[in-house]
Amino acid sequence: MINRKSLEVWVGLFVAAGIFALGMLAFKVGNLTTADVIDGYRIRANFDNVGGLKVKAAVTMAGVRIGRVTGIGFDNKKYQAVVTMDIDGKFKIIPNDSSASILTSGLLGDQYIGLEPGGAEEYLKDGDVMRTTQSALVLEKLVGQVIFSKTNEPGPAK
Amino acid sequence: MSTIRTLGSIVINSIERLGRASMFLYEVLTGSWELLRRFYLVVQQVYAVGVLTLLIILVSGLFVGMVLGLQGYNTLVKFGSANSLGLLVALSLVRELGPVVTALLFAGRAGSALTAEIGLMKATEQLAGMEMMAVNPITRVIAPRFLGGVIAMPLLAALFSAIGVLGGHLVGVGLLGVDSGAFWSQMQNGVDYRDDILNGVIKSLVFGVVVSWIAVFEGYDAVPTSEGVSSATNRTVVYSSLAVLGLDFLLTALTLGDV
Repeated sequence: MINRKSLEVWVGLFVAAGIFALGMLAFKVGNLTTADVIDGYRIRANFDNVGGLKVKAAVTMAGVRIGRVTGIGFDNKKYQAVVTMDIDGKFKIIPNDSSASILTSGLLGDQYIGLEPGGAEEYLKDGDVMRTTQSALVLEKLVGQVIFSKTNEPGPAK
Repeated sequence: MSTIRTLGSIVINSIERLGRASMFLYEVLTGSWELLRRFYLVVQQVYAVGVLTLLIILVSGLFVGMVLGLQGYNTLVKFGSANSLGLLVALSLVRELGPVVTALLFAGRAGSALTAEIGLMKATEQLAGMEMMAVNPITRVIAPRFLGGVIAMPLLAALFSAIGVLGGHLVGVGLLGVDSGAFWSQMQNGVDYRDDILNGVIKSLVFGVVVSWIAVFEGYDAVPTSEGVSSATNRTVVYSSLAVLGLDFLLTALTLGDV
């Protein structure tokens, strides 16, 4: 039988290694460091079509992640999608006439929201609604438009 | 007529066993409170079921991760998305393979040993001897083993997943030339700490309770002969494996259903 001291050392090592592995999973593998927006503020934007946007998608400005989408709802009067997003408290000086558009990372990647800064002196604050928005590009509609414009072109002279 | 009678006796026997097992679990849980004053008994069992199982868990984790890296790469490279290899390896390990394979290995390595130990204690009348000396065998022998298993399982599963991710990194980045930055960043984008990692920890905790419960109950309930102990050990491995796989489906369906 192993003596008490080395048994305790082994169990201590085992528990420490297990907790270290949990920590590694949470911080290195998971997104514990980036998932939560700390001390953020909440803004809304109406879109005609959100496409495949999902809750927890990134909100970026100039490609840098500054917040995330916290909810996607539906406006019964305007027939528009209402996207609420939390913006990190570090980014408090976004002009309130900035525009939001739904973009896709890569050809088949996830959809996210990109903010384009406007020129106003006033900044977005908690509860504000963004006025200028651009909907997601729906691939089927684009293909339809291309086919439509091609068929309407006057053909080459025969 | 006799077949119907056999069927009836099988059903009655299994319900009786289930009832005994539930009352046994209640006694073990109430006995666990007294262990707070003698925690060294639990520490001893964490060594026996945790530290001694560590080697097989680490080696299996490393190889499972490496195989996932190889197989995943071959499929992903056809779609030109080999950069998602890290996400694939991490998600499969954290959500499924980590808790499940750990629980299966734990049942085979530690569960069978627990059953055999307790069964043999019963066969050689050590448990009856303790009762003669007014020592409650459930508090002194069973509860520390049960708690040791419950504590060790989530830690073992976390170590399995962590070393598996490193194994996938070893093969994916070292051997197949996936970009190291893409490997980690895709993983961090796709793995959610609440939906995926916490979910895996809860799973392994449930498996820890179930496998330790089956192991100590089978040992305590064994027929006190050499055949009895041998078939109890056999049942521990079979029942725990079936319970783990069945519960895994149930837990996954419950947690994935609303995402």
